[in-house]
Amino acid sequence: MNPRGLLARSGALLLPVALALGVALLLLQLAGAPPLDAMRLLWDGSVGSAAKVSDTLAAWVPLALAAAGLVITFAAGLWNIGVEGQIVVGAIAATWVARGAPGPADVLVPLILVAGIAGGTLWALLAGVLKTRGRVNEIFGGLGLDFVASGLAIYLIIGPWKRAGIASTSGTDLFRPEAYLPTVGASRLPALAVGLAVLAVILVYVLMRGTLLGLRLKAVGRNARSAHVMGIPTEWYTLGAFALCGALAGLAGAIQATGVFHKLVPAVSGGYGFLGILVVLLAGFRTSWIAPIALFFAAISVGSTQLSLRLDLDSSLGGVLQGVLVLFVILAGGWRLERSRRSRRAAAAAEEA
Amino acid sequence: MSLELRDIHKSFGPIRANDGVSLTVEAGTLHALLGENGAGKSTLMKIVSGFISADSGEVILDGQRLDLASPKDAIRAGIGMLHQDPLVFLPFTVLDNFLLGGPGGVRVDRRAGAGDLRETGERFGFAFDPDAPVRSLTVGERQQLEIVRLLWLGASVLILDEPTTGISATQRVKLFETLRSLAGEGMIVIFVSHKLEEVEELCDRVTVMRRGKAVGEAEMPCPTDRLVEMMFGKVLVEAESGKVQAGDVVLELDSVTLRERAITTTDLSLSVRAGEVVGLAGLEGSGQRTLLRACAGLLEPASGRVRIGGRDLTGRGYRDFLAAGMHYLPAGRLEEGLVAGLTVAEHLALTGDDRRFFIDWGEARRLAAARIKDNFIVGAPDSTADALSGGNQQRLLLAMMPPNLRLLLMEHPTRGLDIESADWVWTQLLRRRHGGTAIVFASADLDELLRYSDRILVFFAGEVLRILDARETTGEELGHLIGGKELV
Repeated sequence: MNPRGLLARSGALLLPVALALGVALLLLQLAGAPPLDAMRLLWDGSVGSAAKVSDTLAAWVPLALAAAGLVITFAAGLWNIGVEGQIVVGAIAATWVARGAPGPADVLVPLILVAGIAGGTLWALLAGVLKTRGRVNEIFGGLGLDFVASGLAIYLIIGPWKRAGIASTSGTDLFRPEAYLPTVGASRLPALAVGLAVLAVILVYVLMRGTLLGLRLKAVGRNARSAHVMGIPTEWYTLGAFALCGALAGLAGAIQATGVFHKLVPAVSGGYGFLGILVVLLAGFRTSWIAPIALFFAAISVGSTQLSLRLDLDSSLGGVLQGVLVLFVILAGGWRLERSRRSRRAAAAAEEA
Repeated sequence: MSLELRDIHKSFGPIRANDGVSLTVEAGTLHALLGENGAGKSTLMKIVSGFISADSGEVILDGQRLDLASPKDAIRAGIGMLHQDPLVFLPFTVLDNFLLGGPGGVRVDRRAGAGDLRETGERFGFAFDPDAPVRSLTVGERQQLEIVRLLWLGASVLILDEPTTGISATQRVKLFETLRSLAGEGMIVIFVSHKLEEVEELCDRVTVMRRGKAVGEAEMPCPTDRLVEMMFGKVLVEAESGKVQAGDVVLELDSVTLRERAITTTDLSLSVRAGEVVGLAGLEGSGQRTLLRACAGLLEPASGRVRIGGRDLTGRGYRDFLAAGMHYLPAGRLEEGLVAGLTVAEHLALTGDDRRFFIDWGEARRLAAARIKDNFIVGAPDSTADALSGGNQQRLLLAMMPPNLRLLLMEHPTRGLDIESADWVWTQLLRRRHGGTAIVFASADLDELLRYSDRILVFFAGEVLRILDARETTGEELGHLIGGKELV
């Protein structure tokens, strides 16, 4: 690549980041907080200590899993807004096994994770069948199923699975310790979960990059009519994309329940499904960028809790920063596309003359 | 007053639709623009009427250079164009269509508009019911409405692009009368057509276009032979010799009735043998596509049976048809053939060996490079399909076809291609035919239909009007049948 191209490429990436940072600093200023202190707190709160790094990694796992799954559905041309509900149902299925199944941790934990995968897959397939057979747009179907899933979780928490004597939305009883996802020694570092998430991201990368299945998913996503005429069974591929994304989301839900909360809570998804959509958008639908961007987002999410503790700011400021960043990157992308289109047209005109 | 075009250039990708066209049309004459399909007539007229902008060149009306950025600019300058398919809004009423695009601001004076519509219409003996939905009008009536609208907007130059396609004989007579009287009033009337007899009947002067250039001009009457020579460059080639001995029946339709949107085809029986080429003629949307889709398994017949290679596939899925050795190449290359954004190598990998799970991209690229060379595609393995020109997209689609086919179904196999590409496409197709593939293709190009078909099915309003032996028919007969009229 020539130096000018490289400059333009990194500029296209750095400019929106700088703009987002500028907006964030402005917001901090408006909120009456010293921006530099806030930034330092954000840093300390996310990677400042071993415990904080563990927390950030724990947030990275569901985010990376959801984002990796979403790469598949986006490739197939689907806006899987239902990913949030798929995480919740994965957590519900995992809780069901954790509460009912006997056995030692070596058996129970894999069982719980498989149950989470199954739950997420089924919930995603529901959105898929609604789309392919019921002609319900996956955005609306998914959004509806998100509400149903969180409603189901709340019902179970205050109903059949309520804690003895109390019906509280603070969650079910804690699982027995055998059902806890193991961590490294006494730390909070969820090594197994991180390993699974890394594996998932690599698998999705290989799937999209080097397999006929991935290529066909892309063809279906970009032009379902052409894909159909080529002889690709588009309905199966649509459902397959939903199932794969649902499986990863369900795994994320199971990890949230057994690894983070050790029980089922109403907000078990932590909003990582929706945040995953932002990660994929920021990554430009490329799997290779998922892991670092998810890590950055996880750090902001975890670090921003420090803002509320120390500076009396709302921790949702982290979310604002993430949202603004994605908006600017998408804006820069659209702007770049328009510019390249214009320059191509100009080049064609020059050639003609 | 006169309309002058100076050195108009317009390219679509590598295709030079207009390659330095100059032309002068005097007021008061009926001027014909004659040329075969794809000669560049419509492009030139769309430039004059502001629908597309020229790459270079000037349009001068009444001594003034016009700057045409949109149809609105053209209409303001007094240039109105009647398109092949009249641009009307079907769900709207006649009056709404009339007033759309009219001058004035937010307020619409419907009563005054209705008065204007009646008055302008009466001048030419056209009567409209202002409240009728345009959907209920025939194509001819829609044309009349459009002419009246353009005149009401103050057009002093009227361009008609193939206006006789799809209208009845009486409407044609009326249209010609109208055009003569408009020219008599001192208007500039440009009549775009590929039909010699109409030009001979109607026009005072003719400009002939061929492959993007204005190749000649003549006063009418002018000997037909001379016009034909200007249009085609040389005397028409007779039907391609070397027809193949027909083999076993490959495609069999048994009293098939098809229904798709407004198209109904009733009780059609047809059998096509290996090595046979069957052309489907007719106006766009007369049932050719519906028939092809039914043969491809994309449309289930309302009744009757469809058999391919002796197997009854009625009601089976598209993939069963593919497995039976059918291949379908639809008209929309980027809409229902290729995938924009995917590369040539990816397309070939998609349609290649489907038993392997992993793709070896190194090998896929080498294979793509070889296919690119074999098929003379201008592009690289990493070029995306949408970056290829129309002709190269068609070459890619041909390169994606499986090797041994029983039945090949195609819509407009050479539409939008230059003559060389079109010849190359047919060389490939005829080679397949020699290998025993039966070909059924729809085309709007009479020459192509006559040259390559063994039999021609002529569609009119959804039904097969006639089945012709291609060797025993003429372009004239075919043209008349396409318009729904037997040759008298």
